[in-house]
This record gives sequence, C-alpha cells and structure tokens, in this order.
Amino acid sequence: MEPIVQQLTETLRQANANKTPLRIVGGGTKDFYGNPTAGETLSTGAYRGIIDYEPSELVLTARAGTPLTEIESALREKGQMLAFEPPHFGEGSTLGGIIAAGLSGPRRPYAGAVRDLVLGVRLLDGTGEDLKFGGQVMKNVAGFDVSRLMAGAMGTLGVILEVSLKTLPLPPAEVTLHQQRNEADAIRLMNEWAGQPLPISATCWTHGDLRIRLSGAASAVEAARRKLGGTVVDAPLAGAFWRGVRDHTDAYFTRGGALWRLAVKSTAPVIVLPGVQRIEWSGALRWLQTDASVATIREAAHRAGGHATLFRADANTNPVINNGGVFHPLSPALAVIHRKLKRTFDPAGILNPGRIYPGM
Amino acid sequence: MSALEKIAAIDAARQREVAAALRAFLPASAVLFNTEDVKPYECDGLSAFRQMPMVVALPANEAEVQRVLQTCHRLQVPVVPRGAGTGLSGGALPLGNGVLLSLAKLMRILEIDPLSRTARVQPGVRNLAISEAAAAHNLYYAPDPSSQIACSIGGNVAENSGGMHCLKYGLTVHNILKLRAFTVEGELLEIGGNSLDAAGYDLLALLTGSEGLLAVITEITVKLLPKPQRAQCVLAAFDDVVKAGQAVANIIAAGIIPAGLEMMDKITTGAVEPFVNAGYPLDAEAILLCESDGTPEEVADEIERMKAVMLASGATEVRVSQSETERVRFWAGRKNAFPAAGRVSPDYYCMDGTIPKRALPQVLTAIAELSKQYGLRCMNVFHAGDGNLHPLILYDANQPGELARTEEFGAKILKLSIDVGGTITGEHGVGVEKIDSMCDQFRAPELAMFHAVKQAFDAGGRLNPGKAVPTLHRCAEMGRMHVHGGQEKFPDLPRF
Repeated sequence: MEPIVQQLTETLRQANANKTPLRIVGGGTKDFYGNPTAGETLSTGAYRGIIDYEPSELVLTARAGTPLTEIESALREKGQMLAFEPPHFGEGSTLGGIIAAGLSGPRRPYAGAVRDLVLGVRLLDGTGEDLKFGGQVMKNVAGFDVSRLMAGAMGTLGVILEVSLKTLPLPPAEVTLHQQRNEADAIRLMNEWAGQPLPISATCWTHGDLRIRLSGAASAVEAARRKLGGTVVDAPLAGAFWRGVRDHTDAYFTRGGALWRLAVKSTAPVIVLPGVQRIEWSGALRWLQTDASVATIREAAHRAGGHATLFRADANTNPVINNGGVFHPLSPALAVIHRKLKRTFDPAGILNPGRIYPGM
Repeated sequence: MSALEKIAAIDAARQREVAAALRAFLPASAVLFNTEDVKPYECDGLSAFRQMPMVVALPANEAEVQRVLQTCHRLQVPVVPRGAGTGLSGGALPLGNGVLLSLAKLMRILEIDPLSRTARVQPGVRNLAISEAAAAHNLYYAPDPSSQIACSIGGNVAENSGGMHCLKYGLTVHNILKLRAFTVEGELLEIGGNSLDAAGYDLLALLTGSEGLLAVITEITVKLLPKPQRAQCVLAAFDDVVKAGQAVANIIAAGIIPAGLEMMDKITTGAVEPFVNAGYPLDAEAILLCESDGTPEEVADEIERMKAVMLASGATEVRVSQSETERVRFWAGRKNAFPAAGRVSPDYYCMDGTIPKRALPQVLTAIAELSKQYGLRCMNVFHAGDGNLHPLILYDANQPGELARTEEFGAKILKLSIDVGGTITGEHGVGVEKIDSMCDQFRAPELAMFHAVKQAFDAGGRLNPGKAVPTLHRCAEMGRMHVHGGQEKFPDLPRF
C-alpha cells in the first residue's frame, strides 16, 4: 500500500476508535460550500497524480489530490475534456473535491453531471477500510453503484482516494450566440430548443441577455446558428463569459449577498421572488440573489419541482448555515435511509460530520 | 451458481396462508398458486434456472403493490419483484418460499410532457412503448436493449440496462430523473426529482441497477431526447479481429463518438446471414457496424471521417448504407444474433463481460482457445464502442455434462474479463447466474459493504434475497476468498 494511503488509513482507524471528527480537505476551494464541519484536518492533497489515461478508452483514472488543472491540460493535449465542465472555485481545485461536492458546470444538461461520468472509485470508509467500486469500463453493473453514491456526498460517506471518469472528445467547433429576451420567453425558448436536434452545450440568461453556446461538428454548429439567430459573440469574449459563469467569477456572482441555487423542473415558470436571478441549464438551474426568507425560497423551489441550496451565505443567512440548513430538507422516509447509509459507511460518524445534514 | 442446484419444495400450509392474506384485498385472478398458473413464472430470460414460486401476486396499481409488500412484511415472506421476465441473469428467479411480485399490470404511460422532455410511466410499460408514445413529439427514450419490444422499463431500471446506443446516449442511469418506490416494509420513497439533481445522497444512482434488492419501483420519470433527423451506417470488413479491434480504438481516438459501434466475428456473420440476408462479407474474420446520427450535415461529415479511419485501419471492404432500408439491413444481422444462435444450436448461453477495448485481441484469442478446450462453439458479438462483450456459447442441454461445461467455460470468460481490468457484467446484471463470479471481482470488505447497503434498505433481507451479492460464506466455501475468523467487518450479517 502507498505510504500516503497507509497514513490516511491509520488516521481513520484511530479516529474511528476514538470517535474523533475529521474535516476532509482537498484543495480547500469549496470550504464555503455545505454546512460547516469541525474536526481535525485530513488532507488528501498529497495523494495526487494521474494513474492511467488512455484516450481511445475514453477513461481517465487519477488520485483524489490531483489538481483539476492538471487533469484538464492532460485531456486537452489529447483533444478531450471532462464533459460535466467542473467549476473551478480557486486555483487548487482537486479531483476529489469535485467529486465530493458533485457540482457540474454549464454543459451539464447536455453532456451529463459529475455522477454520470464517474465510472469507479477507490475510497477509505470511516473505519479505514480500503474499498474499490465500479471500475475503468463504461458499462458495469456488478454490485451496487457505490461510486456514483460518492458524487455529492460531501465526503460524509468516505475519503475518496482514486476516481475513474469517462472522458469525451472536445467539440471541433463552438459558437456563442446572444439574444435579447425577457425571462418568460427565455425559459420557453430554452426548453423548445432542447427538444430539437440542436448542438446546444450551454445556456445562460441574466437581465434580458440570453446566451446560447453551440458545440459540435462545424456544419451542425453553423446550421444551428442560422436557425436560432442572434448576434455571434467573439470567441475570446465567449470563452471568458462561460468561464465566468462556470467559476462564479462574473459580475452576477461577485456582487455579494446570499446566493441560492435552485435546481427545478426546466419548464418551471418564472420564479417570482425579490432579488436578481440567473438561469442556466435550459431552465433547470436558477441562481437567486435574494433576501427572501428561507421558508419562502424553499417553498418556491418545491413548487418549481425541485430543491434549494444556500450556496453562499451572507451575514443574514449565517444562522441557516449554523443550523445545518444549507441543503433542502429530506422527507422523513428518505432521512431514515440517509442516516442508515451514513452509519453503514461511517459507523462512528467521524467523516465531515454535519457537512451535508445534521447528524450525517 | 449451478443451474443443477436443488429446487426448493413448497410448503402447502404456508402457501394457503399467504394466498389467503393476499386475496383479502386482491381478486382471486391476481393471486396465483396452482401449478399450471404459476408455471409461466418459474424462470425469466435465463431458462437454465427454474424454481416454482410459492405464490404469484399481480397487483394492478401502486396502492395494491404497497399492500402486497405490507402483507408480506407482516407474514415475513420473501418477495421477488418481476417485470417482463426478459432478464438474462435470473434476477427474477422465484423463491419456493416467497411471493413473486409481478409489476406487469402496472403498464400505463401516465404523462408525456414534450416541453420538459420527460415521460412519467409505470414499471410494466415496455421500453419501446415509451419511444412510440413520444414519437408524436419527435422525441424518444434513448436506452434500447435488444429486447426492447418486450422488456419493461421497471426491469431496465433494476438492471441499469444499456443497448446499442449507450456509448453516445448513456445507460438507464443517465436517462431517468425520478422514481417512486416502496421499501420491503411498504414505505414510499420518492427518489430523484423533476430537476436534474436532488438533495442528499444520490439514491437514484444507487437504486438503478440494484436488481430489485433495495426497493420495488412503481413509477419512473424518464428523460426524452429529440429524435436524430438522420442515421447512416458504415459496414467495414477486416481479415483479422485484431485489426478490427484497432479500428475501434482509432475511431474513438479520432474524436468520433458513434451512435453505435458493434463487432461480429466470422462465426456470427456465418450464422446470421442465412436468416437475414444482410449481405455480410462472409470471408471476413470480423465486421464492424459503425453508425452516425444527428443532423444531415453532421452525419455527412462524420460518415466520411468514419470511412477514412476504417480504410486507414486496414478494412478490406467498406460500405455505407445508401438508404434507410439498407441501414436496417446492415443491423438486421446484429439484432438477430441471439435468435440465430438459437437456430444453429439447441441452446446457447450469453455472457456479458466488459473489458477495456485495448484487451480485445487478447480476450478474443483466449476465448477461441477455451472454445477448443471445452469443445463448444462460441459466437462473439460485441458492443465494441464501450467494450461490452457478448460471447454466445452454443451447447445442447440434452447432452449430459454439456451445461456444466458451458457454465465453466462462461465463468472462465468472466474471470478473464476481470483479469484484464474489466467486469463480469456490463448490462445483464449478476442475478443468480454470475453470483459466484462476484467473489472473483470483489474482495470480502467490498461484498460486506454491499450487504450492509442492502441492510440499510431491507434489514430483514427479504427483498429478492440470494441475488446479486454472494454471501461471504459462499465465496469462502468456493475457495475464492479468505475470511479470517473474527476479523469480519460486519459480524452480525447473515452468512447464508
């Protein structure tokens, strides 16, 4: 066993025996996300490096501490990408953190989420047991799908050591279009387009500005450009725009205040709440900067067929975070299953306790 | 697991008790226990394994499913859920002391919402029926297992079914949004949502492919995709399987994700051609079918690129379908490979390993060796794009010892798949069929974790017990696993 893994295993065994809570950290770029958790720091950053990457297999396997930038540049060199377009919330984003947080970027509705592209994981459970699930192949139904369960579990079910991901070719051509649309029209159009064979790879609406990214074969992108209409955005500007959307560095995200993430049914009508909204994912993702009450926001998300996450808190919403209320409450039946699964993977409750829900 | 294992006898008093309890709320026609009535349920698509169920329950709606589960829970009767019964791994093999819960009567398409591109359906709806119903809106449901005219969506979710097009469009897990399901106690779980993700752990992924061990699904919301405007297929012939395998790698390396990429070896084309007259070049050692779909512009571009790669990879002949009729004819042989195997041999046994594509030459050579060694013919059909192999071992169950030899041959292919870095099952599931091979693929702590996950949903172990995950005891007995006394992680787990 690798010395770093040996060390992590030993730390976990002792923490399990002594019921010492651990705070798992990769690159530390998403500390703001989820409920706060206290504990001794368990760093996975040193367990890094790409283990295997064979472009013709469309599979990359890397250690959890591998910087996202390293993975992306290795892929780019071979004309491939991580199709879920993971956000970079800082220089140091690591693969493990990306999987644990389960966040995907603008391409998500058109190419899949993190969990869709996870093929296998190696993890240490809360007792320090070294476990492998899934594998390095695209089709694999042997055993329960524990690998995908790790995506978005916020490190509460295991310390991710290694991940195998499906990779995809970079699109040969890309064009971004800009149109002026009101919110209701934007939602309707994004949904109508998604039902047609168009090479859409991202959509974003803010303040009357709708941007649509087309990616694919040059001929298909050109045909779609003519069909949809609008102004073509200069390629460098378009690239910067989508990076800003993905990494939350553009003006919408940097004005401060509480930021809510509402994942809803894509056709949900305009959500009428005070504040400023941004729409992505053909209508299925609504960002909301608002001072509306937590109950009002949750209710609105529920009515829209989805759930609300307090993505970034401000002074007013800090109590929500401190009460472990970042994520949408679970139904009682699901909460029971969640607690049992937590106990299964982490019997002493030492892995990022409370990071996802109180007691988990 | 050997198909020759002892078949459980049925306790008549218990049978009367359970049937009476179910008939308290189900019509007599929906609670079967007479031999001639339950006979059709004694096996699923894996007919080598048979067991008469004690009772068959056929609820017609979700409320009845819940009551069946509540009743069985009260009486502590094991429950085996069943969809269309087309599964190939014995996942719906009944229990002689259990209730077979058929979801076949729940066959309504509840809603098609063209704007949000979703369909809400009951589990007994046939896979193809969803696409047929969505066709009016120019939409379809992408996963298309070969059995799609008969298999049900509930079974597809239970097995995480794939199909010919999953390299480009994904498996079942990538194409569903939401489930309504009941625990073994009859408690409703709403999993996933109408949004693209849901709060909490990804139970949607966990339930997909769980082979009916965690919950009984009563409603599924699936995603629908826009129908591609055009599809065209390249047929390429090779004088060497290794070259064909390299061509597959070259296609992907060229940045092409084909809508379908299938390989058939010479024995397969030879077996199917007389039945389908697809015009396959019968002297080729292997042929590839490579399909492009999308807009007419995209397809025209991609077909040219595919042709170029095939020729550069040493194809001896390349044909491009010039009409929809010709495209369908190209595929006819591939789609009829299983029935053709049934025509050239009294019985056949279909394997389902997935391997990294680079291991293809090695694995095909080894299968040819094993075929000689066991004296059994083997047809190789291969979802080449995603590495999913379907060797069809041809045998005759009436010849003493041939089934046992076939099972041994099959187990060796699975072991080989694991050794080259693959898996024992790509899309058919473990069921009862591959349960012993699970001991090769996973170590004791991983299997223990699977059992513990099951316990989180089904503490009594009464939902489809004995499937998908072998007991550690079973693996240890087979000498495939070393369990140290007292060092087991979950000492309280049942070992039988």
